[in-house]
Amino acid sequence: MRELVCIVCPKGCTMHIDEKDGETIITGNTCKRGEKFAISEMTEPKRTICSTVRTSFDEMPVLPVRVSDEIPKDRIFDVMAEINKVCLKERVRRGEPVIKNVLGLGVDVIATSDILKDI
Amino acid sequence: MRKYDCLVIGGGPAGLAAAISAHKNGAHTLLIEREARLGGILKQCIHDGFGLVRYGEKLSGPEYAERFIDVFNEEKIEALTLTFVTRIAKTVEGFAVTLVNRDGVEIVASKTLILATGCRERTAKQVSIHGTRPAGVFTAGTAQHFTNLLGEMPTKKCVILGSGDIGLIMARRLTLEGAEVLGVYEAKPTPSGLTRNIHQCLHDYNIPLYLSHTVTRVFGEDRLSAVETAEVDEKMQPVPGTEAIVDCDALILSVGLIPENELAEALGVALDPKTKGPVCNAQLMTCVDGVFSCGNALHVNDLVDYVSESGENAGENAAKYAKRPRNEIPVDSSGALLYAVPQRLDLAADNSSVQLYFRSREVLDGCTFKIIVDGETVFSKKYPFLRPPEMEKLTVDFSRFNLTPQSKITLDIEVKPNA
Ligand SMILES: Cc1cc2nc3c(=O)[nH]c(=O)nc-3n(C[C@H](O)[C@H](O)[C@H](O)COP(=O)(O)OP(=O)(O)OC[C@H]3O[C@@H](n4cnc5c(N)ncnc54)[C@H](O)[C@@H]3O)c2cc1C
Ligand code: SF4
Repeated sequence: MRELVCIVCPKGCTMHIDEKDGETIITGNTCKRGEKFAISEMTEPKRTICSTVRTSFDEMPVLPVRVSDEIPKDRIFDVMAEINKVCLKERVRRGEPVIKNVLGLGVDVIATSDILKDI
Repeated sequence: MRKYDCLVIGGGPAGLAAAISAHKNGAHTLLIEREARLGGILKQCIHDGFGLVRYGEKLSGPEYAERFIDVFNEEKIEALTLTFVTRIAKTVEGFAVTLVNRDGVEIVASKTLILATGCRERTAKQVSIHGTRPAGVFTAGTAQHFTNLLGEMPTKKCVILGSGDIGLIMARRLTLEGAEVLGVYEAKPTPSGLTRNIHQCLHDYNIPLYLSHTVTRVFGEDRLSAVETAEVDEKMQPVPGTEAIVDCDALILSVGLIPENELAEALGVALDPKTKGPVCNAQLMTCVDGVFSCGNALHVNDLVDYVSESGENAGENAAKYAKRPRNEIPVDSSGALLYAVPQRLDLAADNSSVQLYFRSREVLDGCTFKIIVDGETVFSKKYPFLRPPEMEKLTVDFSRFNLTPQSKITLDIEVKPNA
């Protein structure tokens, strides 16, 4: 038996994963998303990450960014290394990509604020 | 003198939602913010997880705040930034508020006030740690400000005291940026942050969590060089012989948040010792007529979604406010609850969909939340578990309970063995 906490929503249900006759039985989740999360955790765990990128604007030295969708958990630090290489020279807007298809993972790194546009 | 129906103090998510809601309900509204930009603390909360309840999306703090700022701007609601409120005086029509900014001093009049001033962090002064006072001791919020707004790493190797959410979020953030987080030390036997944050911020990055442990001493001349940690007993007293020295360059404090209510207190608003925020009725009006409270100034929320909701509630009621006598009765909470909001009900108001927020005092499994009126259970809801860090919210129709000025309302949580 394995215990797992669902991190999909703030409720944070504690789930139990059992094997019975070659079948996986998941209990303790309040909703379906928990089950999906548990299966993904056991096969290919994924996470989202948020960070900042440097800019060349004195008023706002960094701009917040995140990945547009989940990435494999074991690639987090690889993606962080890519994010830390960026120095923005354009006034990127909220939702616009800062890195397209980062490391070929099929997700973009996008800006999460309009501050550069406003200053 | 400029005249408003509603003056909102604080431009975080609570104040933005309150101003938008007051404006949409027809009130001539002004928002005051002391910082240069709207958005409140969300400006520096760059991680995602905001808006899950409201939008079903995992937004970052700035994205969530900017959705409201966009609406605020589209609606052309008036705001003054870099503006401080220095004095509030009661007048016949409402309030005279003294504002100070780069343009000088101005007094504006408003019929109602909405206090959306957020919360502040407990600091080193409020926890007892011995030793020198070197640089390198700061709150998790300060570390967040340095890292996420200024782009400067405040530490290379640190210890975090307290398992509050901002500390957990910063443990992950600093690790992602290459710092070493040696451990999170929590004096209590259970964590204070959300369970999901323990998992996605600590376990994911192999950051140890030491429960029933604290930091007893700091070392260092100019800059912090080490801390002493120790186990604590049930009375939170360090256990002799368990001390350990941990080399690090920073001690980050995440030991709790306190609602910011200096302005409220100056107005004579009564505070609840449990929430440290104003005592309110279901319309979120404080004991002072025409003064409303919302967001983290009212009680410290763990989800911004509920902060916005309380702002909307306060804004709508402020817009609809007309002075009249109240007929209030208290809503008491049993010892099983850490707190509940609202603390009062105005029987002269509409209580058909009261937004009730509560936290349990302890981690409870298989329990029932109950509303008891004059000894009779009039409402109950079962929960598989309740945990103090995760606030619960219910919408309850109190108008069905035939309340009278003599009614005694008590909120309780019953734990059934094997339930
Ligand atoms: C340091 C810190 C970090 C946080 N990090 C997270 C997090 O990572 N995730 C999370 O979910 N929650 C976090 N929170 C909780 C967060 O406060 C809420 O999610 C939400 O932002 C609360 O909204 P609010 O509008 O009530 O308060 P705030 O966002 O704090 O906004 C209050 C606003 O009022 C202004 N103000 C205060 N007093 C005055 C005055 N006298 N005159 C004029 N303006 C005034 C302030 O400048 C501020 O802009 C954090 C809180 C703090 C203190
Ligand atoms: S199982 Fe459903 S309710 Fe429970 S934490 Fe996961 S998403 Fe939330």
